Amino acid sequence: MRLHLLALLAKEPAHGYELKQELEQTFGSAYPSPNIGQIYVTLGRLEKDGLVRAVDVEQSNRPNKKVYYLTAKGRELLEIWVDEPTEGPRVRDEFFMKLVLAPLTGIADRMALITRQRRHYLSLMSDLNDLLSRTPPADRVATLLIEGAMLHLQADLDWLERCQEELA
Amino acid sequence: MTAVVRTVNLVKIYQDGAVPVPAVRGVDLQVEPGEFVAIMGPSGSGKSTLVHMLGGLDARTSGEIWLDGKRADTLSESAWALLRRKKIGFVFQFFNLVANMTVGDNVELPALLAGASPKVARNRRESLLAALNLTDRADAAPAQLSGGEQQRVALARALANEPALLLADEPTGNLDSRNTRDVLRLLGDVHKKGQTIVMVTHDARVAALADRVVSLFDGEIVDDGRITRRRTRTAGEVIDLR
Ligand SMILES: Nc1ncnc2c1ncn2[C@@H]1O[C@H](COP(=O)(O)OP(=O)(O)OP(=O)(O)O)[C@@H](O)[C@H]1O
Ligand SMILES: [Mg+2]
Repeated sequence: MRLHLLALLAKEPAHGYELKQELEQTFGSAYPSPNIGQIYVTLGRLEKDGLVRAVDVEQSNRPNKKVYYLTAKGRELLEIWVDEPTEGPRVRDEFFMKLVLAPLTGIADRMALITRQRRHYLSLMSDLNDLLSRTPPADRVATLLIEGAMLHLQADLDWLERCQEELA
Repeated sequence: MTAVVRTVNLVKIYQDGAVPVPAVRGVDLQVEPGEFVAIMGPSGSGKSTLVHMLGGLDARTSGEIWLDGKRADTLSESAWALLRRKKIGFVFQFFNLVANMTVGDNVELPALLAGASPKVARNRRESLLAALNLTDRADAAPAQLSGGEQQRVALARALANEPALLLADEPTGNLDSRNTRDVLRLLGDVHKKGQTIVMVTHDARVAALADRVVSLFDGEIVDDGRITRRRTRTAGEVIDLR
């Protein structure tokens, strides 16, 4: 969460609760109720590392609130994060290991493993269908995230089919 | 309750080439009224061959096909044609639209052939074209349409006679996600109205809408099961942002 908070603070200084609201507004249901405790803990660590600094702002009739702002060092780290290419998901798959290894031990047959896995993926897809139909199109960030998950799942199913053709 | 579709040890061996090709090898399939069944499987596993036989578009080599409790594999071609007109909608993998008719007429014709009045046929044409975002293509010729548009016309045409049984071969194969969404919505409505659907698809989003998924491999059914649904609440529970 460190870099996400730095990114929000790059826009304008804010206190912890404002950051929570900002996360909710930006991500919609894709980021359900960020934990306020976790936000304060993260801000504390960022401050210790010199990436943000806090000032106390006086408020009438209420205790002071801490407003955080980005330091030069924080901005530099954020820029590196934004600029560097992001790793794609690695094709590392627990199921694939089972598929290759289990038959060697005589424990399972591949067709049965593939069939069970396909059913599992399809039920996940059905959940995502449900979720997408209940997500208002105006919640664009959440919609895109769900569509991304669906495309990944489709790729997993296509790969499963390849495994079936080659290994079963 | 009588099954809408029932096959017994259904076999298709293509004999037109130098070597016989066994495309479907002993399929026992039963589909209940109102059920939505998706058929999946690798390329060449016999999906198209199977649905073609169910629609009487390809003759079986051996085995039986029963539709609504009546033996169908022994019907003449003209009897099959009549059955399709009245009861079956068919979406071909490669569209098969009538080239010298407009998009609108392609959709309207099956309803007229099934005996709908001109007014009813016209209404269905209009509502189907609207549901599939094709209204402004109604006067075009099929050849002037993109692959995805032709595919949606093929679906509209298959639904025009409100068939009790919809047989569809990859009806979303050429669609982008927005058009797939329209098609999914329409299929959802068709399913809700109680029409029976048997659909070949590679698209897991479409398959996941079905009640049941049948997997073919090398011409045989290797899996046949209902999809379990669990209901997740928000995107964040499925996808990890942190
Ligand atoms: N008219 C034909 N003559 C000879 N062989 C055929 C004919 N039609 C299909 N086949 C063969 O029968 C097998 C099954 O073909 P089919 O078209 O049913 O597969 P499919 O599962 O629909 O594949 P795809 O996902 O690529 O559409 C394949 O080996 C194919 O080459
Ligand atoms: Mg096919």
